[in-house]
Amino acid sequence: MKTRKINSNTMLLLITIALFFVMYIAGCAIYASKGFAHLQTFLNILINNAGLLCVACGMTCVMLTGGIDISVGALIAMDCMLLAVGMERWGMNSMVLCVLVLAVGVVFGLVQGFCVGYLEIQPFIVTMAGMFFARGMTAVICTDQVSISANEFFVKLANMKIEIPFGAYTNSKGVLQVPFIRITVVIALVVLIAVFLMLRFTKFGRSLYAVGGNEQSATMMGLDVKKTKLKAYVLSSFLCSIGGICFCLNTMSGSVRQALGLEMDAIASAVIGGTLLTGGVGNVIGSFFGVLINGTISTLVKTHGKLLSSWSNIAVAALLCFFIVLQSIFAKLKDNKK
Amino acid sequence: MDQNVVLTMRGITMTFPGVKALDHVDFTLRSGEIHALMGENGAGKSTLIKCLTGINAFEAGEIHVAGIQGPVVNHSTLDAQKKGISTVYQEVNLCPNLSVAENLFIGREPKTRLGTIDWKEMNRRSQKIMTDLDMNIDVTQNLEEYSLALQQMIAIARAVDMDCKVLILDEPTSSLDDNEVAKLFRLMKQLKEKGVGIVFVTHFLEQVYAVCDRITVLRNGQLVGEYPIAELPRVKLVAAMMGKDFDDLAAIKSEEAPAFSDEDLLIDAQGMSHKGTIKPFNLQIHKGEVVGLTGLLGSGRSELARVIYGADRNQTGTLKVKGQEVKINAPIDAMNLGMGLLPDDRKAEGIIGDLSVRENIILALQAKRGMFRLLPMKEQVEIADKYIEMLQIKTASRETLIRQLSGGNQQKVILGRWLATDPDFLILDEPTRGIDIGTKTEIQKLVLKLAGEGKSLIFISSEIEEMLRTCSKMAVLRDGVKVGEITEELSQETVMKAIAGGGSDE
Repeated sequence: MKTRKINSNTMLLLITIALFFVMYIAGCAIYASKGFAHLQTFLNILINNAGLLCVACGMTCVMLTGGIDISVGALIAMDCMLLAVGMERWGMNSMVLCVLVLAVGVVFGLVQGFCVGYLEIQPFIVTMAGMFFARGMTAVICTDQVSISANEFFVKLANMKIEIPFGAYTNSKGVLQVPFIRITVVIALVVLIAVFLMLRFTKFGRSLYAVGGNEQSATMMGLDVKKTKLKAYVLSSFLCSIGGICFCLNTMSGSVRQALGLEMDAIASAVIGGTLLTGGVGNVIGSFFGVLINGTISTLVKTHGKLLSSWSNIAVAALLCFFIVLQSIFAKLKDNKK
Repeated sequence: MDQNVVLTMRGITMTFPGVKALDHVDFTLRSGEIHALMGENGAGKSTLIKCLTGINAFEAGEIHVAGIQGPVVNHSTLDAQKKGISTVYQEVNLCPNLSVAENLFIGREPKTRLGTIDWKEMNRRSQKIMTDLDMNIDVTQNLEEYSLALQQMIAIARAVDMDCKVLILDEPTSSLDDNEVAKLFRLMKQLKEKGVGIVFVTHFLEQVYAVCDRITVLRNGQLVGEYPIAELPRVKLVAAMMGKDFDDLAAIKSEEAPAFSDEDLLIDAQGMSHKGTIKPFNLQIHKGEVVGLTGLLGSGRSELARVIYGADRNQTGTLKVKGQEVKINAPIDAMNLGMGLLPDDRKAEGIIGDLSVRENIILALQAKRGMFRLLPMKEQVEIADKYIEMLQIKTASRETLIRQLSGGNQQKVILGRWLATDPDFLILDEPTRGIDIGTKTEIQKLVLKLAGEGKSLIFISSEIEEMLRTCSKMAVLRDGVKVGEITEELSQETVMKAIAGGGSDE
């Protein structure tokens, strides 16, 4: 009785993690000559996807309730534009701007969450409206591509290297390469851990699962479903804004076409990580590996050098299919058992 | 208030638009008793429960709960829970994706000093609750790993642990098998010993007599009475629920039952069943025979018909049509074998309100032909006109939208729909519910006429008189089991006795 059975959801997560390692180790073996095996390659995946990771954490929370948030890509574009224009054109302090961006995220989430939770409108519609609004606002703020170069503090922050005390190597030219990460990776990992703990150890975290598991039951058990949903969307937009800051630190620019389709990457990462679109099942650890798999695929495609970058999309599509089919097979098995 | 009484409801009145759902209903619950709340569907059982638990607001009346001064009005389930009134519904209202322990404690989880959820403590306490109730299960597993019965009991455990004085069980047994029901009853008796007052809503008569101490009967939103179980034998309970005073029933002798030979056998069902709704049954229907399915609402009348028709999957046994064994996986197979089903809920399953009378009539015929072999318009018009005339459907024109018709005429349109497919075998589930007397008689006549033409019918109705008039054989169902067939001496008395079962009480 005490032996802990591995249930199908844990199984899915394990498959995701295993897949990542298989993929990564295969990459190391095939592209060893191109330096794929160096620690820095992995760290670069983290650096490039720090923003996506923040967004995926928020997306996971929303998807746990059975909802979806497709406004995140556009919100990131708006955040980046606000930061870029704020610093370059309006000469604002970068820290003040960051706080402003986070505040915008919260307000954005409040409006979306209110519509979904209290007005009971389909999350897809609500966040689609949010998406159009944010993308439109981005263009209203500025239609140019604005690069950030004037704000010394922000530039310094973006270029800051946090060196890792192991994994150093000497390259072919005899220069010592010390592996490093950027501040964005630190931010993203803090977000990941915080959300993980929140989901596991707080009443709000468990309520997200309960709402996604069975909304009516959650109400009957005395949980405030509406408020839980509202909070989920606020959290998503807030984490998305943190992601937006990370994104901006990475690209150092704002443009209307930035982070186009990022919401889909976030959803794909969550699904690959074992989060069910129907809600109630999932974990940010899974989404983390989802993001890593996403990043590994595009790095592999880039490392190959001759492949069109669109091949990474096709690979992600194939993986999504694989995982969705897997999920439904597990669901069928579970039904049959009964 | 009597010392023992934990809950009194007095003069509860509530109206839904156009219907008086509850009319001055009283209800009293004492601690340590299991009190059955009985009545047919629509009698107001659920509404009364919902008034008590704060889901519906009532207009007049008072609720008193022991230990609380003054009248109590609950505004939500949570509100009721706080006052010690917990409800467990037919569908398990728990989250399958959370662990058993979480389901027991969600919303009131034990916290550590940091304010985070104390999983260790939660699991420990949950395990203790389960052990106390003789349930030896691993509380860290997800709820979905356990059977429906266990889930139901976990729901009850949650309710009880929340320190409830009143436990309402609303049809908790309808999806459980006998073994599981027995387990549930053991748990109920344990709780009764502990002094919990249990309201048991069910339509399984057997179960009422197995565990209850007292019965309150409702009919059409009105209180019929409250009786200690010993004073209300089954037949009287059925009479109370159906509103027929047993002595008043004049026996109506049916016509001499026509004899059917085995050659005329059309439908021969052997051991068919569907888990959770109808236990294995045998049923034989001859050509030109009208078979009535009788029993209380929810006894499995419609369910039996649905299994034959393939609307619910047949899980055991076989079905022979005209001596040939057939396999019906979906209603379309049944239709191709010449069957038709007129469902009891015509709003939800029958009419398509935004289509015209003509379109509704040709629907089944069209479905039978397949989507790509469209009936020519001329033929459609002919068919529609034929049945509008034959069934005397009162409609402005054949192109009138069906939702503008009265209930009785809608019913006739659906009847026309099935007749248009020229079926050999037609199942009519409550064809006369909610329609006026005149139309009722017309439909009854039509049933007899169809039988005379050699068609076979299953006729399901809550009105026994109507069935006595039309059926040559009645199959009696109780609690999802076909308990008997009556072919001779068809009378109200024999039928009602058969419905009530346990014939020794009189």
